[in-house]
Amino acid sequence: MKRIFQVILVLALAVTTLAFAQDKSVIGVSIPAADHGWTAGVVYWANQAKAQVEKAYPSLTVIVKTAKDPAEQANQIQDLVTVNKINALVILPYESAPLTKPVADVKKQGVFVVVVDRGLTDPGIQDVYVAGDNPGMGRVSGEYVAQKLNGQGKIVVLRGIPTVIDNQRYDAFMEVMKQHPGIEVLDAQYANWNRDDGFKVMQDFLTRFPQIDAVWAQDDDIAVGVLRAIQQANRTDIQFVLGGAGMKEFIKKVMDGDPLVPADVLYPPNMVATAINVAAMHYVSGSAVLGTYIVAAPLVTKDNASQYYFPNSPF
Amino acid sequence: MQPESTVPTTRSRRPRFRLGGLGPLIGLAALVALATILNPSFLTIGNIFNVLTRTSFIGIIAVGGTFVIIAGGIDLSVGSMAALLAGSMILFMNALAPTFGSGWLTIFFGVVFVVALGGVFGLGHGLAITKGRIEPFIVTLGTLGIFRSVLTYLSEGGAITLKLDLSDVYSHIYYGSLLRIPIPIWIFLAMAGLGGLLLNRTAFGRHVQAIGSNEQVARFAALRVDREKILTYVIQGVCVAVATILYVPRLGSASPSTGLLWELEAIAAVIIGGTALKGGFGSVSGTVVGAILLSTIGNVLNLTSIISVYLNAAVQGVVIILVAFLQRGRRTQ
Repeated sequence: MKRIFQVILVLALAVTTLAFAQDKSVIGVSIPAADHGWTAGVVYWANQAKAQVEKAYPSLTVIVKTAKDPAEQANQIQDLVTVNKINALVILPYESAPLTKPVADVKKQGVFVVVVDRGLTDPGIQDVYVAGDNPGMGRVSGEYVAQKLNGQGKIVVLRGIPTVIDNQRYDAFMEVMKQHPGIEVLDAQYANWNRDDGFKVMQDFLTRFPQIDAVWAQDDDIAVGVLRAIQQANRTDIQFVLGGAGMKEFIKKVMDGDPLVPADVLYPPNMVATAINVAAMHYVSGSAVLGTYIVAAPLVTKDNASQYYFPNSPF
Repeated sequence: MQPESTVPTTRSRRPRFRLGGLGPLIGLAALVALATILNPSFLTIGNIFNVLTRTSFIGIIAVGGTFVIIAGGIDLSVGSMAALLAGSMILFMNALAPTFGSGWLTIFFGVVFVVALGGVFGLGHGLAITKGRIEPFIVTLGTLGIFRSVLTYLSEGGAITLKLDLSDVYSHIYYGSLLRIPIPIWIFLAMAGLGGLLLNRTAFGRHVQAIGSNEQVARFAALRVDREKILTYVIQGVCVAVATILYVPRLGSASPSTGLLWELEAIAAVIIGGTALKGGFGSVSGTVVGAILLSTIGNVLNLTSIISVYLNAAVQGVVIILVAFLQRGRRTQ
């Protein structure tokens, strides 16, 4: 009797482990469509992470979906739950407010939620939050500009699109500038994270201000336009332009020692890969994953640029 | 109580007090005066050339738009078309460079290619609208999405970049000058001049205006309505291509944000310039002034900081409405 019981137990164990092995966990990834350089990087890295995670852990399936606006993204995550039967959702919300409710609904159905970059308005929903450090990016940029100028000089600032992200970066940057009264911020205008607007705004700054020592462009796309405008005006007073995000062309310039681009501040699109890996860990290892992960915004200089250079990424 | 019969007389007298076609020009002059007071560097040659050069893209597109709108149509796709044309032109030239060298020959082929492609896009619009009998708003709204997403696909969301050595040669088209005036301004003037001649001095131009004011009557008058309408879209496509030829050498790249909302700027330039949105009449010179006015507003806002940057779009809106008020058109015919 005892022996039979043992056999049954072993069999039961075998069946359950087998069932576990066959029971694939599905991770759904919902991100904005590639409509500018940085989101193109996000899409690229999400697909990279999908390939890498599925190869390393055959028990996991990763589904990557892109959305072109918040409404489409809300529908998409519903589909991911009902059609694809996802166990975990990794989401980079297009906008915070309109997606909070849809993600909360998904959470109620027992899905493990990982939020990336843009936080939801209710942080209680997420199990894991992986975020870039926007205030850190502004602060690191400010400190670099101040140090490079030795606390003396005139600068202009090109901002992004009026959003929380832009405000956090700008406010942190200006906070640093307050500690350096020798640096005068001549003006700040929106350039919408866009090359053409960067070109136009910089042209006008160059017309308006006869002496500019440095430019904080905040973003590498804007900086592309800024560099062209400086080149066209043949101005030699500008010592350097500081962009941000880590576009491969700019990391390359830093690596090659371009005098106008001595550094860049990272805001890595591959934080989405970090998030997908954290979600994967939740299923394949017993390690604790719940919590908030802040991906740092390190300063990229000639010394460390090569480790941030990804020539195959579109960004 | 006034007798009702006096109403038509006052109405008919009113046009004399309107500034009519001079409205946009007066608006522009006022803006220039204001800008100069706020920041004297506005009136430097360098700044004026900057403004006119950057106006050239929207300006040239709007010259084409003038024909489409006068004929009673609309083209919403021009911004997306510019982006796709820019991306295609860059890819085409990059592909030719190993065979034909990174010089003017490759660029020449690129220019021919992009003008042909722009013409084909326009032809497609025209055929879908006339032969397919689909509303122009819908056709071009559809292609607005199609063009931009094809570009996004080609660029994988990033940027399509012209080879560096080609870009160095080609950049003379944007940054170079002829008789001290930047080349884009010359091309803008040439396109506007051609457009003006075509609209006012040819049978085609008269037909376009006739079709726009009453398509049925134009049909009864045995005008080849479909052919002329298709032609206006082809002209629009070619104009977008010419704008692209100037745009590509500026940054040497095209990305999904290229040409974003240019359709609104171009249509606004046409309407501010006195062309009726419902078609029938309008002028190329008005469109040119409208386009310059629009880019001057942005320039003035960048040159001054009396108004919070958060309100930039509001200032633009106020100026546009004011200018439109100055040149209000005939109420009824």
